Amino acid sequence: MDAEKLIYTIIALQPACRVKDQADRPAIEVAADNLPEIMETLRNDDRLSFDMLLDHTAIDHEPVAKFELVYNLYSTLHGHYLMVTCDIDRQTALAPTMSMIWSAAHWQEREIYDLFGIRYEGHPDLRRIFLEDDWQGHPLRKDYKDPDMLEFEK
Amino acid sequence: MDFIYSMTTCTAAADVITLADRAAAAVDTNIWLSILYMVLALVGIGALTAVLGVVLIYAERKIAGHFQCRLGPMRVGPHGILQTVADTLKLLLKEDVVPASADKAMHFAAPLMSLMATVLVLGVIPYSPILQVTDVNIGILYVTAVSGLGVMGILLGGWSSNNKWSLVGGMRAAAQMISYEISATLSVLVMVLFAGTLSLSGIVQSQESGWWIWRAHGTGLVAFVIFIIASTAEINRTPFDIPEGESELTGGFHTEYSGLRFAFFFLSEFINMFAASAIAATLFLGGWMPFYIEGFETFNKITSLIPPALWFLGKTAFLIFIFMWFRWTFPRLRVDQLMRLEWKILLPIGFINLIAAAVIVLTKFYFFPV
Amino acid sequence: MTAIVRTLDDVLIAPAHPGRGATQEYFLNMGPQHPIAHGSLRIILLLDGETIRKVIPVPGYVHRGIEKMCEHLNYRQIIHLTDRMDYLSALMNNWAVARTVEKAAGIEINDRIETIRTIMAELQRIQSHALWWGVLGMDLGAFTAFLYSFRDREIIGEIFEEIIGARLTMNYIQPGGVMYDITPDFADKVKKILSYMKRMVEEYDTLLSGNVILQERLRGVGILTQSRAISLGCTGPVLRASGFAYDLRKVEPYGAYEKAQFDVVVGTTGDCWDRYYVRIEEMRQSIRIIEQLIDDIPAGPTMVTKFNTKIKLPPGRYYNHVETARGVLGVFIYSDGGEKPYRLHFRSPSFNNMWAITEIAPGWRIADMIAIQSSLDLVIPDIDR
Repeated sequence: MDAEKLIYTIIALQPACRVKDQADRPAIEVAADNLPEIMETLRNDDRLSFDMLLDHTAIDHEPVAKFELVYNLYSTLHGHYLMVTCDIDRQTALAPTMSMIWSAAHWQEREIYDLFGIRYEGHPDLRRIFLEDDWQGHPLRKDYKDPDMLEFEK
Repeated sequence: MDFIYSMTTCTAAADVITLADRAAAAVDTNIWLSILYMVLALVGIGALTAVLGVVLIYAERKIAGHFQCRLGPMRVGPHGILQTVADTLKLLLKEDVVPASADKAMHFAAPLMSLMATVLVLGVIPYSPILQVTDVNIGILYVTAVSGLGVMGILLGGWSSNNKWSLVGGMRAAAQMISYEISATLSVLVMVLFAGTLSLSGIVQSQESGWWIWRAHGTGLVAFVIFIIASTAEINRTPFDIPEGESELTGGFHTEYSGLRFAFFFLSEFINMFAASAIAATLFLGGWMPFYIEGFETFNKITSLIPPALWFLGKTAFLIFIFMWFRWTFPRLRVDQLMRLEWKILLPIGFINLIAAAVIVLTKFYFFPV
Repeated sequence: MTAIVRTLDDVLIAPAHPGRGATQEYFLNMGPQHPIAHGSLRIILLLDGETIRKVIPVPGYVHRGIEKMCEHLNYRQIIHLTDRMDYLSALMNNWAVARTVEKAAGIEINDRIETIRTIMAELQRIQSHALWWGVLGMDLGAFTAFLYSFRDREIIGEIFEEIIGARLTMNYIQPGGVMYDITPDFADKVKKILSYMKRMVEEYDTLLSGNVILQERLRGVGILTQSRAISLGCTGPVLRASGFAYDLRKVEPYGAYEKAQFDVVVGTTGDCWDRYYVRIEEMRQSIRIIEQLIDDIPAGPTMVTKFNTKIKLPPGRYYNHVETARGVLGVFIYSDGGEKPYRLHFRSPSFNNMWAITEIAPGWRIADMIAIQSSLDLVIPDIDR
C-alpha cells in the first residue's frame, strides 16, 4: 500500500490519529491513552498487518517538557512501513507497554527505561538493561548530570 | 588347549627379558644388583614420563601449528625445541592458586591420582625384547583396571574445586570414561582370544608371523577401529573432549588448577595418549615385532635390521599423530550424542565382533593361515 | 496496571529444593569473560542437570553511550563512531548513517560512489561471514577452522588497507561519497580475491559443513519459527533461516544492488543448521554480486559535496536502514535543524537477534546453547552500543 492510501486507511479505522508531517515516512501521531488500542488495530487489521516492530525509541524534548515515543513498524505481508509517535508527559514518564503485541518491544522498552526513565505500565520485567541496577539517573535525558562528566567551554 | 598354543608358536622368537626378571634372578646372587635393577626401573619410568612430556607437548604444538597454516613455536631454541622446557619452568614457578572453599585434601590428591593411573600403565608396556619393566601375566587386564583409576582423578578434580563449571566437567568425564572402557575392553578381548594370552609380551610374540590387524580375519581391523575411537574418548581428546571442553567449560575439571598441579593434569593427558597408542600398537600392530611376511626371508632379514625399539617407537608415534590429527580436525560431540555413540553403536558392534572372533578361533575357520 | 521496576536480584531467586527424588535447578553464570561469549556478554542460565530451563542475558558490559556521544558530534564525525558498533560490518554501519543523512539532506550521489560502496560492503560481508564461520568452528571444537578463516580475512583486509588505510575501523563511507578513491588495479586485485574466496568457501564446506559431527550438533537444534522470529524483531540471516525472505538489498534496493543479480538465501526450518548454511550461501552470493559489478565501475568524482561543508538536516524525523552482515541496521535521526542530531538512535540487529535466545534455548543442553549462540552471530558492541 502506498503512503497516502495507508494513512487514509488508518485514519478511517482510528480517527484518533493525526498525520505527522515532519517525517520522511508515513507517520501518524497518537495520544498516549489511545496507543494500545491503535497498536492492536495496526497489528491485527488485514489491510495493515504491521507484524514487525523494527524499532522503538524515544526523544527527550526538554524545552517543552515531554517525551516523544517513536515506533517504526513494518508489515511483512504488505511490505509497507509506518512511523508512530506519541507524546507523554516528562514529569510522570509513564507509557503503556507494547510487549504483549510485539515481543521485540519487551527489550526495546527496557532499553528506553534504562536510558530515559520512562516506565511502562504492564511490562512483565522492567529492569535496567545496560547500566547497573543501582545507577542513579537516566543518561539520555538532556538534563542528565554525571559527577564524572566533564564540561568543556565552547 | 592345544589349539591356543599352536597359534602362538613363533618361528624365531626373541627372548624377552624384563627388568623385573633380571631383578628376580639377581636376588639370590647379588642383592645390590637386584636393587639396582629396581631403582633403574623406577628411574627409567620417571625419565620416560619427563621425556614424553617434553617431546609430546612440543610435537602437539608443532603439528597443531602446521595443520592450522602456521609454524608453531619457533623462538625458544632452534625451531622452538626448548619451548616445553620454558613452559615447564613457568609452570613450576607459578603461584598455586587454590579456591578458598575447595576441598583441600581432594584438590591436592586429584592430579596425583590422574598421573599415577597413567604412569602405572607405562610399567608393563613392552618397548622392546629387553626393555620392559615387568611382564605381568595378566598384562592387559592390569592395564584396563589401572587406567580406570584415571576417572577418579578427573571426578575428584571436578568435585573438589567447588565450582559449578568444574563439577559439570567432572560429571561428564565420569560418564564418558566409564562407558567407553567397555568398548575398549571388548576390542582388547578380541586380541586376547587370538593371541591366547593376557600378557603383553605374549601378545607381541604371538604376532611374529604377522600383525593381528590383518591376521585376525577382519575382526582385528574392526577391533582396531573401535579401540582407537574408545581410546580417544578414554583420554578425553577431541572429538570427545567435553570434560575439558575449552569453548564450553573454559577448563572443565581443571579450571581451578594452576602451576605444578595443572602441569600434572596436562602431563597425564599426554602420557595417557602415549599409553593408549602404545597399547594399541602392542595389541594390533605388533609392538616391537618387525614387519615380517611369511616366506620372504630376505625381506624379513632386512626389516629385522631395524632395532625392535625403533619399530615400537614408530608405530606408537604414528598412532599419536592420528590422535593429534583428530583433535585439530573434528568438532566436539555433545554429551548425549557421545553416550549414544557408545551404547547404541560401538557396543553392539563390539559384541558382534567378539562373537565372530570367538567363532573363528574355536572352529579354526581361517581364511588364510594364522 | 502500574509499572513495577525490578532488579537483577529479583530475577535470580534460587528455586527451592524440590524434595526427595527430584533434581534441584541451579544458576550457572557464563560471565562476561568466557571463551564463547564473543565479546563481553553475561548470560545466566537456570539449569536442571544439563538441561537449560531459563536464559537471562545481562548485556551492558560494552555500553559506551554512543547515542549520547552522537548528540555532540556533527554528521561527519558520527561516521567514525559507527565503525565501533558492529566492527565486523564497519563499512555497512558507515553506509547506514551516510544514507540516512543523504536522504534527509537531499544530497544526490553518483553511480561511481554507489558501486564502490556496494563492492566494499560486499567484501566486508564476506569477511564478516568468514570470521563467523571460524568462530563457530572453534566454539564447537574444530579449532582449525578459526585459523583458516582468519587467514582468508587477511587477504580481504589487505585490499581494505590499501584503499581505505584501516583494517577494522574504516570511517570510509561519508555522507556525500567515499573518503578515498580506488586504485587503478583495484579490479584485478578484487578478482584475484574472488577466485581465491570461491575456492575457500568450497573448502569451508568440505571441512565443516560435510562433517557428520557438526551436522549432528546443528541439525534440528534450536528451532526458531517464522512467526516468533518476526515478532521478536529478528532480521538478517536469523530471519531468513526461519523462512522469511526479508533482505533489504532486494526489498528496497539501495547502492548498486539493483544492477546485480543475486538470490536471497532462505532456510526452511529455522534450526541452527539453516542459520549456518544461509550464511555460507550468502558468502557465495556476495562473491556473485561483486563479480557482476567489478568490471564496470562508472567514472566520476568520489565525493559530491566538499568535505569541509557542514551538513545540516532540515527539522524532522528520519529513519533509514541497510542490510549488514547481521541484519537490519536502522538509523533514526531527529533533527532540530542544526548540524548535530538532536537525537540519534541505532536500531541494531544484534540487539534484536540476541533476545531470541531466551526463547530458543530453554529445553536444550549447555552444548546446544553454545551452538545456538554461535549460529545467531552476535557482536556484543552492537548490542550494547
